[in-house]
Amino acid sequence: MNGWWIIKMAWRDSRKNRSRLLFFISSIVLGIAALVAIAAFGKNLKQEIDNQAASLIGADLEISSGKPLTVSAHKLIDSLINLSQSHAEEHQFASMANFIKNGGTRLVQIRALTGAYPFYGALETSPAAAAFTFLDDQKILVDKTLLLQFNAAVGDTVKLGDLNFQIAGSLINTPGKTVISGSVAPTIFMPLSLLEKTGLSQKGSRINYKYYFRFLDNYPVDKLVEHLDDQFEQLSLRTETIASTKENTGRSFTDLTDFLGLVGFIALMLGCLGVSSSIHVYVKEKLPSVAILRCIGARSHQTFLIYLAQIIGISTIGALSGVILGAIVQQVLPWILKDFLPVNVRSDISWSAIVQGILIGLSMSLLFSLIPLLSVRKVSPLYTLRIQSNDRLSISKGDALKNLVYLCIIIFITIFSRFQLNSWYQSIAFVMGISMAFVVLYGTAVLLMKALRQYTPLSWPYVWRQGLANLYRPNNQTVMLIVAIGLGTALIASLFFIQGILLNRVTLSSSKNQPNMVLFDIQSSQKDEVAALIKRSKLPVLQKTPIVTMQLTAINNYTLEDVRKDSTLGFSTRAFGGEIRATYKSTLDPSEKITDGQWIEKSMVGDTAKISLDQSYAKRLKVKVGDRLQFNVQGVVIPTIIGSLREVDWNRMQTNFRVLFPLGVIDNAPQFHVIMTRVPNDRVSADIQQLLVKRFPNISIIDLDLILSVLDSILDKIGFVIKFIGAFSILTGIVVLIAAIMISKYQRIQENVLLRTLGASRRQLFTITGCEYLLLGLLASITGIILASIASFLLAFFIFEASFKPSISVILLLLFGVSGLTLFIGLFNSRSALNQPPLVVLRKEV
Amino acid sequence: MLSVKNISKIYQSGFNKLTVLNNISFEVAPGETAAIVGPSGSGKTTLLGLCAGLDRYDAGSITLYDSLLSELDEDGLAQIRNQHVGFVFQNFQLLPTLTALENVMVPMELQGALNAKKKALALLDKVGLADRATHYASELSGGEQQRIALARAFSNNPKILFADEPTGNLDTETGQKVEQLLFNLNRDAGTTLVLVTHDLELANKTEHIIRLKGGVLV
Repeated sequence: MNGWWIIKMAWRDSRKNRSRLLFFISSIVLGIAALVAIAAFGKNLKQEIDNQAASLIGADLEISSGKPLTVSAHKLIDSLINLSQSHAEEHQFASMANFIKNGGTRLVQIRALTGAYPFYGALETSPAAAAFTFLDDQKILVDKTLLLQFNAAVGDTVKLGDLNFQIAGSLINTPGKTVISGSVAPTIFMPLSLLEKTGLSQKGSRINYKYYFRFLDNYPVDKLVEHLDDQFEQLSLRTETIASTKENTGRSFTDLTDFLGLVGFIALMLGCLGVSSSIHVYVKEKLPSVAILRCIGARSHQTFLIYLAQIIGISTIGALSGVILGAIVQQVLPWILKDFLPVNVRSDISWSAIVQGILIGLSMSLLFSLIPLLSVRKVSPLYTLRIQSNDRLSISKGDALKNLVYLCIIIFITIFSRFQLNSWYQSIAFVMGISMAFVVLYGTAVLLMKALRQYTPLSWPYVWRQGLANLYRPNNQTVMLIVAIGLGTALIASLFFIQGILLNRVTLSSSKNQPNMVLFDIQSSQKDEVAALIKRSKLPVLQKTPIVTMQLTAINNYTLEDVRKDSTLGFSTRAFGGEIRATYKSTLDPSEKITDGQWIEKSMVGDTAKISLDQSYAKRLKVKVGDRLQFNVQGVVIPTIIGSLREVDWNRMQTNFRVLFPLGVIDNAPQFHVIMTRVPNDRVSADIQQLLVKRFPNISIIDLDLILSVLDSILDKIGFVIKFIGAFSILTGIVVLIAAIMISKYQRIQENVLLRTLGASRRQLFTITGCEYLLLGLLASITGIILASIASFLLAFFIFEASFKPSISVILLLLFGVSGLTLFIGLFNSRSALNQPPLVVLRKEV
Repeated sequence: MLSVKNISKIYQSGFNKLTVLNNISFEVAPGETAAIVGPSGSGKTTLLGLCAGLDRYDAGSITLYDSLLSELDEDGLAQIRNQHVGFVFQNFQLLPTLTALENVMVPMELQGALNAKKKALALLDKVGLADRATHYASELSGGEQQRIALARAFSNNPKILFADEPTGNLDTETGQKVEQLLFNLNRDAGTTLVLVTHDLELANKTEHIIRLKGGVLV
């Protein structure tokens, strides 16, 4: 076969359709752009994390512990100090900062430091010298957001615990910290040497002890950590090296870019759907030409290859355009995501992302185009004699090759999503979810067409009936447009709804009579005084709870050592690791419900304590009622039996516990207390915080309203990132819509010319077109919103365990926004068809 | 050249069978001209389509240029059409995206012929449209389009030419000019001609008339 002739014919045949063909393919440009931009960004980010991993951790090795070091742990740390070139120590904890000048107080993250940390990277401060000088004096570095919030400046005084500090500098950037993490808990650096004088290290609250080491260049730090791994585990010490930071940070951001890539992929799928639909109409228009070629001796595969060559040509142009646009979008992504990134990301061109974008774009667009294109093979030359109008040319169905193409599409999408999600289970769920959405939207479109055909009342004005009839005429684009617009709407609506669910969950807990201020780290000696002070301020004490920290040391007499040696025991080693915060009381709260066993209010002397476990915690430990748990309560071993399991409503704004002791067991153990109250407004909140911090500097206070506003801004930022990528789907939907209108333009011109010849006014033609697109937009957006509501309900029910009530304002905004946009684009792009003089159609070729 | 023996064509429509052609036989020798005539719905176009290998028959046999059409697959039929058959249609059927010259070149290009452009230009000159070589179908009148179609039909030196109502879409004057051109080209090339027409005057200009009514020969 003459390949050159095929290409020549493809070129010749495209001559009068090139602008239209390019328009078809423009649907995939945005999808490819999103994929290329995200892939290139992801690659650069990974590269930067690899390059900057040392400054992310700030040292060659970081060792941390949630409790003061034991003698053995100290010995180990000392031996590491001897091995290292230099070292630093840090105690990290939450505490209240009191800005003396204006009396402002806020919960902050205190990092009490000694040594030359960070060894890699730097604390970015203003003035720059402050990063080094604050350690030598009674000075601190304060996060710039805190300074802004309290209108404080370098030189002002901040009280931490019992001690006043002068602000040495504004903390602009800390190695490994993101803007988001800073907004949750803004940081203050202070000299460790002064920590004791503040009185804050005496309290029962959790302090994270960190040790940083710098070794000689090329020192095998990872081998050392591997060698000492057992010791670290026995001593409950956590380690982090440059390599592990690289891996962990890289993994979390790969997850982020993979997720965004998947959102971009949806845009590409939508675009491909648009391409497929456009090619379907294009092929139908081309069937007479195919029949003529067949008639004069062209073989079926030759005619097929002519059009395949065209599709490959325009898909390549589309893919290349997508790549160029992607490279531009890639420049914007680091700015969009800046608040979430621990490193500065460059915008280098990534050739692998470009090749990947071209290959994915080409493959997807070819696969989707093949569905209508395969019909070319089946065109009979007899059409030249029999059919005068291409409307009557049918495209054959039930083709085995076509079914193979469908299968290839499903396999392609599954494999792509598998690479993005790193899980077959999730990728199959993704493909099923997308397929379900397609099926629902497809079904809606088909039902609409059937319903309109059968039930449009004859009594309605002609222009309405004609507009609605356009939705089921031959070569209509109803199915494709409803799927494209509906899926885009569903995507955006889901984002709004999920944001709403997350915010509602927190907002609900701040509703009337619920506590909105939490006071913790209260010493036993202080609890009554604190409660009295709250009452004197005419505020309620809603909850007063003791907290005892402990560790699980044995399950049914099996220790961590036993579990590690014998994996058949079925217990996880991780059950033994962490610190457990438990309480003791006689009566259960309304948020707790016994689901198994019996709650014992008080333990008698000599009895083994019968404790109650949160049922999901028991499930994780793989224990049941009657099993034995042994705890180490700050040096004292306490054996217990699981007396009951509880269902706990963790969504309530109150202290909840995985382990609950009856009275008479740990009542005298070292403990601290949490008190909850409700403040009516910001003014009262500020006053009581000031009062408490002044009197009890060790107490930490969480203001729920502040948390809410921080959460709101974080969700806004996350939402913006997802919406930015999601917008590619919406824009693709718009391009698909415009392409669909362009494709049916000649048909519309013919109809409009005929109607005008018969006496229809421009206004009537306008109404007919308007009816068509308004209904299309309304139905697509309604279906999209319903799909999003179902998806959000399922997410709320199964993942967030919260109730879901869709926001009416969001629904109305999307309904009118999407329908209005569809109507506007429909009318705007049809205006040339509405304005054509009748004569033009007589000379117009197909 | 063309031998039709006892052919029948039946269309199935739901549970109903519609016999469009029933037991038709005739022969056309090389270089002869024949016209298929009959009222609308008598099966004229169906018969032409079967003779040209555009459709499959249900009974009987058609031999075209020593090939039994029922034994050929779709590509085999395409090869026969490309090498031995020319077509002229009532509605011209030019490829709208190709120029007049390219339309005439296509059958030769499909054969891999050398000098396709030179031969096509000569044919355009023969039909008097050399000056319209770069024009598209939409830029030509009906008569011009049909003359281009005639040039295309003769471009692969066909042994047999099938014409379906070749003047059906043209006014009388233009129709007569096209008729004249058709017969002249046919005579010069020595091609067998089978045409379908309503026009008895045109039919009478051929050597044989095959009359159809209700799918049978009359």
